[in-house]
Amino acid sequence: MRSINPVKVIPNIRNATIKLSEKTIEKTDEFHLFLIEVANFFLFLSRTVKEMFSRNFEFKEFLRQCHQIGYKSLPLISITGAIMGLVLTIQSRPVLLDFGAVTLLPGMVAISLIREIGPVITALICAGKIGSGMGAELGSMRVTEQIDAMEVSSTNPMRFLVVTRVLAATLMIPLLVLYADALGILGSWAGANIKGDVSFILFTSQAFSVFELIDFLPAVVKTFFFGAVIGLVGCYKGYTAGRGTESVGIAANSAVVLASLLVIIVDMIAVQITDMLV
Amino acid sequence: MEQVGDISNTEKSNNKAVVEISNLKKSFGNQEVLKNVSLQLFNGENLVVLGKSGSGKSVLIKCIVRLLNPDEGIISVLGEDVSSLKRDGLSELRKKIGFLFQSGALYDSMTVKENLEFPLRRIKKNMPQKEMDEKIAEVLENVGLSDALYKMPSQLSGGMRKRISLARTIIVDPQIMLYDEPTTGLDPVTSDEISMLINQVQKKYKTSSIIITHDIECARATANRLVMLHEGEVYKDGKIEDYEKSDDPFIKSFFKD
Repeated sequence: MRSINPVKVIPNIRNATIKLSEKTIEKTDEFHLFLIEVANFFLFLSRTVKEMFSRNFEFKEFLRQCHQIGYKSLPLISITGAIMGLVLTIQSRPVLLDFGAVTLLPGMVAISLIREIGPVITALICAGKIGSGMGAELGSMRVTEQIDAMEVSSTNPMRFLVVTRVLAATLMIPLLVLYADALGILGSWAGANIKGDVSFILFTSQAFSVFELIDFLPAVVKTFFFGAVIGLVGCYKGYTAGRGTESVGIAANSAVVLASLLVIIVDMIAVQITDMLV
Repeated sequence: MEQVGDISNTEKSNNKAVVEISNLKKSFGNQEVLKNVSLQLFNGENLVVLGKSGSGKSVLIKCIVRLLNPDEGIISVLGEDVSSLKRDGLSELRKKIGFLFQSGALYDSMTVKENLEFPLRRIKKNMPQKEMDEKIAEVLENVGLSDALYKMPSQLSGGMRKRISLARTIIVDPQIMLYDEPTTGLDPVTSDEISMLINQVQKKYKTSSIIITHDIECARATANRLVMLHEGEVYKDGKIEDYEKSDDPFIKSFFKD
């Protein structure tokens, strides 16, 4: 039997223990920092909600942000919405044809689009465009001391910059989702006519014949939460950016990542709640 | 080049301190930036705070307007203890203080006109549009940039941005001006022009100013009195002639010809 040399084994055990301790401390520090970040985010959220209900609402800036978030996103959402419907139809048609159920195509696509695909895909696109834009803009303002300048000139930067953007995102993203859904159905009709021949009126009447309020209402309600999350995360990452120019890029990137993740999580929660209500 | 601001006015004033800083301390983590700073700004004077980069000069003036909260010490501005003010009181006090940031801090998404209107709409809320337009034209003329009204900040040079920032600061008629490195990043000719503007602001608007700089020429051009910071403390406080005559090696390193 091979004998164990304790002179070699003991240092190895010691080294392994030291490495394990260092890793544990590192992970504990990371978790500690993560908890601090979560706490800071909720503090930011509470300040934002508090400022929403204070006097001197910045209405003109709110309208400007609605224009920026809503109107300026229309071209991108138009293309995305139309392609969503087109692709979904092209992919689904062969399967339904095999089952002899191609007449169900308009209803199936409409329900998929309006309940799930439209809101989530649109919100993810907005997380990228709007969330990163907010993160970069406010991060850049932080780095160049514009936020400090606002504060020194007796303007509440939370009210002017954050509240307006969060409210605008909360109101505009649901409208953008509805617009994307409408274009999705249009795109779906175009897809149905690639290998078929169905009028737009017949297509839409078939699509909405299977609709109930429970298909529509929860989908609309959750888009308000998507908008709030995208606005809050984008503003939080930008407003709390560090002082160097590298921080602007980090703020924009992390805003997209976190907003996208939270959109998926909010969607999961919304689906669970809807399922309980049905 | 225009000489140092009007000393006779300072002498004639009752030497009332408009800013009083006592035993100010500020640290960032383990780094002690301000250890024990005490100084006063008297009515009508230009006080230059000189020091090496990282000596805590910018931190000092940011504590005065409470952009940063000191760890210890008392800051009194126009008779009010800054750290004890609630939000409304602080907002009212800030209306009397103009702050020129090192980078200018013009709002990128607004034109020059909108940048100048921004503080005016918030601080002078009932001002009619016609009066606002006249005020904007006046301050732009004072800084020599009447043609820049509809330009975006990205279309301006560094010197022009600094002048527009100065215009935005003085448009609300502040009693106290705080300048954070006003000539940093500018060529010598533009730096001289900014120094001249600082003196003109002192004369025309009767402001009391703290000018943070490590630019000796700017200090020479603008200072009625000079405070030198070193290692987080006041190293010397006196007239510029005292500094130029000094044999202290640290002071001489700044004032070498």
